[in-house]
Amino acid sequence: MMHLLIMTGLVAFRVLARNRLRSALTMLGIIIGVGAVIAMVSIGEGAKAAVQAQLATFGTNVIMVLPGATTTGGVRSGHGGAVTLTTADMEELGKLSHVTHSGWARRDAMQAVHENKNWFTTVNGVTPSYLIIRDWSIVSGDFFTQIDMDSAAKVVLLGRTVADNLFDSGQDPVGSVIRLKNIPFIVVGTLGSKGFDTRGTDQDDVIFLPFTTAERKLMGTKFLGSIGSGFLSAESPDHMDQVAAEAKRVLRQRHHLRPDQEDDFTIRNQLDTAKIQQGTSESMTVLLLAVASISLLVGGIGIMNILLVSVTERTREIGIRMAVGAKRWHILLQFLVEAVVLSAIGGLIGVALGVGGAKLASTFAGWPTIITPAVMVLAFGFSALVGIFFGLYPANKASRLNPIEALRYE
Amino acid sequence: MSLIVCRNLAKTYHLGETEVHALRGISLDINAGDFVAVMGASGSGKSTLMNILGCLDVPTTGSYVLDKTDISTLSANRLADIRNRKIGFVFQSFNLIPRTTARENVQLPLFYRGVTSHEQQTLALRALEKVGLAGRERHHPSQLSGGQQQRVAIARALVTNPSLMLADEPTGNLDSEASREIMEMLTRLNAEEGLTILLVTHEADIAAYAGRVITMKDGLILSDRPTRRDRPAVALQKTTT
Repeated sequence: MMHLLIMTGLVAFRVLARNRLRSALTMLGIIIGVGAVIAMVSIGEGAKAAVQAQLATFGTNVIMVLPGATTTGGVRSGHGGAVTLTTADMEELGKLSHVTHSGWARRDAMQAVHENKNWFTTVNGVTPSYLIIRDWSIVSGDFFTQIDMDSAAKVVLLGRTVADNLFDSGQDPVGSVIRLKNIPFIVVGTLGSKGFDTRGTDQDDVIFLPFTTAERKLMGTKFLGSIGSGFLSAESPDHMDQVAAEAKRVLRQRHHLRPDQEDDFTIRNQLDTAKIQQGTSESMTVLLLAVASISLLVGGIGIMNILLVSVTERTREIGIRMAVGAKRWHILLQFLVEAVVLSAIGGLIGVALGVGGAKLASTFAGWPTIITPAVMVLAFGFSALVGIFFGLYPANKASRLNPIEALRYE
Repeated sequence: MSLIVCRNLAKTYHLGETEVHALRGISLDINAGDFVAVMGASGSGKSTLMNILGCLDVPTTGSYVLDKTDISTLSANRLADIRNRKIGFVFQSFNLIPRTTARENVQLPLFYRGVTSHEQQTLALRALEKVGLAGRERHHPSQLSGGQQQRVAIARALVTNPSLMLADEPTGNLDSEASREIMEMLTRLNAEEGLTILLVTHEADIAAYAGRVITMKDGLILSDRPTRRDRPAVALQKTTT
């Protein structure tokens, strides 16, 4: 049986090699289909991975708590307009089970000055735990500590972009003094780069200082202890929904909200954002796969078409083969093998072109691409299946020829 | 010993509304080692008889026993098997597979029998040698003369060592010189190897090579008589003049 299959395969190769141009044109549909699948999936996976990497810069398992909006004379402020969220709230939430850290921040935008250079940037007053939750790293110097918090020390951490704009290259800002609103601050550390976030904002264009320092010495406050945003980190992604629900319950209780009142805060689960992002790229992948499937379908019909022509052309040959003892399944197998050889070679070329295309896209367009072997195997296997599926009808037609009529065919 | 035993073979085709009675009741015995010619005008039913005797078709009624196997009731696959093992075909138009070497054409029946590649080649080369085509095994049919192509076809028919060779107007597409060669080869195979040959022809001088001539008309056997044994020489004179 194996021997027969190999021999049939060799015959198929020879027949197809005899009509090189025709075989190549027949394969084209499959080549384009498989190539498109490979290239698109590679680019799609690359984009997905890039989005995920960006999302990861937000920190892991982070739940954001934002104060509610105020309504003043019909004008509604955005999140954080109300002073409903306090450090005490966040300290309380930090005690919930499955919460590893609780941190908070408030921010303002202002001019930072160092010697003759200045830079307009976002200044964040944060707790040391915030830096842990958001997964910031230190390049030189060190984070500020709880002691700095307690004493409202005038120390700052500089983001990559701020450091680059206030200091000459090669100069270590640690130990230097910068001024915010004319108040001197000592730089205790510079932060590792996070790059752009999913919305395209430069996350490194930032200065961090202790929350207490910001509140009491730099920004002032309408209400002591009110915060701009709160952050909780959960033990694991599985705990995030539970922690978010608990936080909501505790905050409603602490804010004395009646059941008919709306929340005066907003809780945002990082996973939700991630899901939306992934959903977008997944629907994109599905769309591309649909296009590629149509291409494979067209390729399959092309194979079927050319095989039907081939069966007609070779009617006499089929008759001869039957006369000397070929059974129906021999003939069926012969044409089926030809179809599969066509589609499988097309599939192989398609895989090669797809990988090449993805490589070109990443080299010249700079798109991140990920080539997964599983997709290559899948696309190739699928193309072989297309061959079997679309070869079956012509092969069956050939096998059902009447040997007498086939022998007489001109 | 009878190789072929036919009783009341009838074949009816349906062409739309009309029925065509191609065979109307043929009874025939052919012994192993016979060289039989079937003659008749076109439409006499000789092709239909050939198709049935060659196991390419089954009779509508009647029985056909080939080498102790009842053929009339077999499935298409079993018929293919019988054709492969017991019958060698030689056609008027040679029916070789184009763009395939002589050796591969001869190997074809062995391929469907499931013989190993190596044995296929050995047997095919031996058969080609027997028909005088040693050294031509790599030629394609288009590179061979008509007579040579027909000899490849004979080699293909012989390679399986069949009980019966069916030759359907084997000289119909050949000139007289090649015709003589082919007929002498068939005569020799019949005489030296005891090969049973059934030859269909409408030329009397070709039929004269056989030992027995069956003449058909309108689906029936008109006459069935032996020929003189010295016939080939007579036939030869006819074709050369």
